Amino acid sequence: MALSTSRRAINQFIKPLSSSVYATRRLTSDSTATITVETSLPFTAHNIDPPSRSITTSPNELMTFFSDMAEMRRMEIAADSLYKAKLIRGFCHLYDGQEAVAVGMESAITRKDCIITAYRDHCIFLGRGGTLLESFAELMGRKEGCSRGKGGSMHFYKKEGGFYGGHGIVGAQVPLGIGLAFAQKYSKEEYVTFAMYGDGAANQGQLFEALNMAALWDLPAILVCENNHYGMGTAEWRAAKSPAYYKRGDYVPGLKVDGMDVFAVKQACKFAKEHALKNGPIILEMDTYRYHGHSMSDPGSTYRTRDEISGVRQERDPIERIRKLILAHDIATEKELKDIEKEKRKIVDEAIAKAKESPMPDPSELFTNVYVKGFGVEACGADRKEVRATLP
Amino acid sequence: MGSNFRRIGKLASISSKNQSWSRGFSSTVERSDQLSPSKSVNLFSAINQALHIALDSDPRSYVFGEDVGFGGVFRCTTGLADRFGKQRVFNTPLCEQGIVGFAIGLAAMDNRAIAEIQFADYIFPAFDQIVNEAAKFRYRSGNQFNCGGLTIRAPYGAVGHGGHYHSQSPESFFCHVPGIKVVIPRSPQQAKGLLLSSIRDPNPVVFFEPKLLYRMAVEEVPEDDYMLPLSEAEVLREGTDITLVGWGAQLSIMEQACVEAAKEGISCELIDLKTLIPWDKETVEASVKKTGRLLVSHEAPVTGGFGAEISASIAERCFTRLEAPVARVCGLDTPFPLVFEPFYLPTKNKILDAIKSSVNY
Repeated sequence: MALSTSRRAINQFIKPLSSSVYATRRLTSDSTATITVETSLPFTAHNIDPPSRSITTSPNELMTFFSDMAEMRRMEIAADSLYKAKLIRGFCHLYDGQEAVAVGMESAITRKDCIITAYRDHCIFLGRGGTLLESFAELMGRKEGCSRGKGGSMHFYKKEGGFYGGHGIVGAQVPLGIGLAFAQKYSKEEYVTFAMYGDGAANQGQLFEALNMAALWDLPAILVCENNHYGMGTAEWRAAKSPAYYKRGDYVPGLKVDGMDVFAVKQACKFAKEHALKNGPIILEMDTYRYHGHSMSDPGSTYRTRDEISGVRQERDPIERIRKLILAHDIATEKELKDIEKEKRKIVDEAIAKAKESPMPDPSELFTNVYVKGFGVEACGADRKEVRATLP
Repeated sequence: MGSNFRRIGKLASISSKNQSWSRGFSSTVERSDQLSPSKSVNLFSAINQALHIALDSDPRSYVFGEDVGFGGVFRCTTGLADRFGKQRVFNTPLCEQGIVGFAIGLAAMDNRAIAEIQFADYIFPAFDQIVNEAAKFRYRSGNQFNCGGLTIRAPYGAVGHGGHYHSQSPESFFCHVPGIKVVIPRSPQQAKGLLLSSIRDPNPVVFFEPKLLYRMAVEEVPEDDYMLPLSEAEVLREGTDITLVGWGAQLSIMEQACVEAAKEGISCELIDLKTLIPWDKETVEASVKKTGRLLVSHEAPVTGGFGAEISASIAERCFTRLEAPVARVCGLDTPFPLVFEPFYLPTKNKILDAIKSSVNY
């Protein structure tokens, strides 16, 4: 929802441009013209022929990518401040740096396809149609949050968007994703599940159990390893004998993708979906990077150098890559892009203000959703208080 | 028990039974020989000292877990890798089941494997290894093999804002498993002594550390090597009207309730269980026989919590002496909530209410 409104915002943004000041510019008059771009790096494949590096896009799509990623970036930066102001409590894991994965994946699939991920879930939620208000309200534990304030940062969900959530335990969501894929296959729907995990979770045993079942039963499951190179505070090479996660499926094919290039992600996800529907599971290793620490308690600077972080920002930043493409193709000016970012800052601030007005959930909510109402212990309070059980 | 300690060496005789409760949980250390120099430190530093001593005193001891090489998320393992080398103090991948399985194997070769699970909430992937492999190794091999050198450390409990997966108290799951010990300290000085005992105990031990107290609890901790006995409860506060039993961070809440109750003329006896299995029934029984009333309090949900076991045992042993039903003031039967944490927790006022209800029963 947030992104569709922001798409409207862009269209509004582009319209006045084409009609007045920038009427002379060639692409604004035809925002659906095709542009061919090449992915930053070739795909590296394991047991499969890689897809083509060249992709067609349009000015519209480029602007949407820029806008969506700018919104995600701004949301995460704002969440950082809110956390430091103690308005967000609990454990909070930020996604800035990895935006191309969320946006590229979303652009290749439909909302009938499922996504399930771990706790770094804010931007995936936004990509699946969640709103900024729902996000911030959830982060601050308010009633209007996407999980009604009962989940917090790690537990965003959006059922109608096919987002099966934010899960708290490293690797535990992957077998769940395989179950989703089985249901999809069983119902003969041509949809797939993207089960996401990090390079840290790639060493969890249950991941291999899940992979075996997926391969054994040819399930339309795509395992997406977001390799940001650090499992909490441990570098990938310190934790994995083979950090070539796309090869770790052995009998399952894999593809290594530049996860900082939204077009590479889109191409890979499209390819993977087609593959999964025909042939069963595939692993996509997204080579990406998180600018923040693992969580808010990790400054992110004790196990890597500041040079490394600023180097990635300069060389590989997903938003900057799109900015360059837009400028190179003369789709918008630097100022217009800056204005979009300013606009994002504004709508994020508005969403925060609104979220702050949202009340905390009612205290009675403490006892709801533990069991289905009427089918179990309804309220089990402190001792010697009401304990009522209803038989079905 | 005793013989194990004698074999290992130094066993400090520590008791605060007859001492006034001066501040917080500081129970002064009485040593039969001489008072060793002590420093005022917090709980994570006390754990850190214990780990230093454990590695120093036994070359066949190892510390490992997620991010422990850099000191761990709670700084408990700071400096260990520098001093003892990366061969003995190292980071593992994020795979709890693997960590514990590996630790059991290491311990089975006569080593002391000190594994850290970063949060007690993450221990469940390792549940099978702990319950089916570690706990039954000695029994099922007819005493040919064991993993007695295994100690699993894990921070547990509420911190004010931890939410669903960084706040749980899973101790009762492990209390249902004969073959392992479950130990929970209440303070820095206790943590150091109990951790060293747990590491040196010839049985696998799950050692839960109250993460709320890592920085908050500060007290004098002797700098040298000392151990505190396992399976021995401690009477922290003597009283005549009601017995309160708890462990870990909950004791400080219970202590506050005792102080409040005293203002209303109710004399509470407060017991720190310290070891949950095998637990010191005799100390609790003796106390309840004296007071006639029992209240148990823990953060874990009330149903199936270890409080249930204590209630049942004491009802069996002290049935004719009980003047009121055993009271349990515990976490609610809900998932550990994020925004509702203050409602969920067994707070001072809830305990105070229960004390009064019990006394006025």
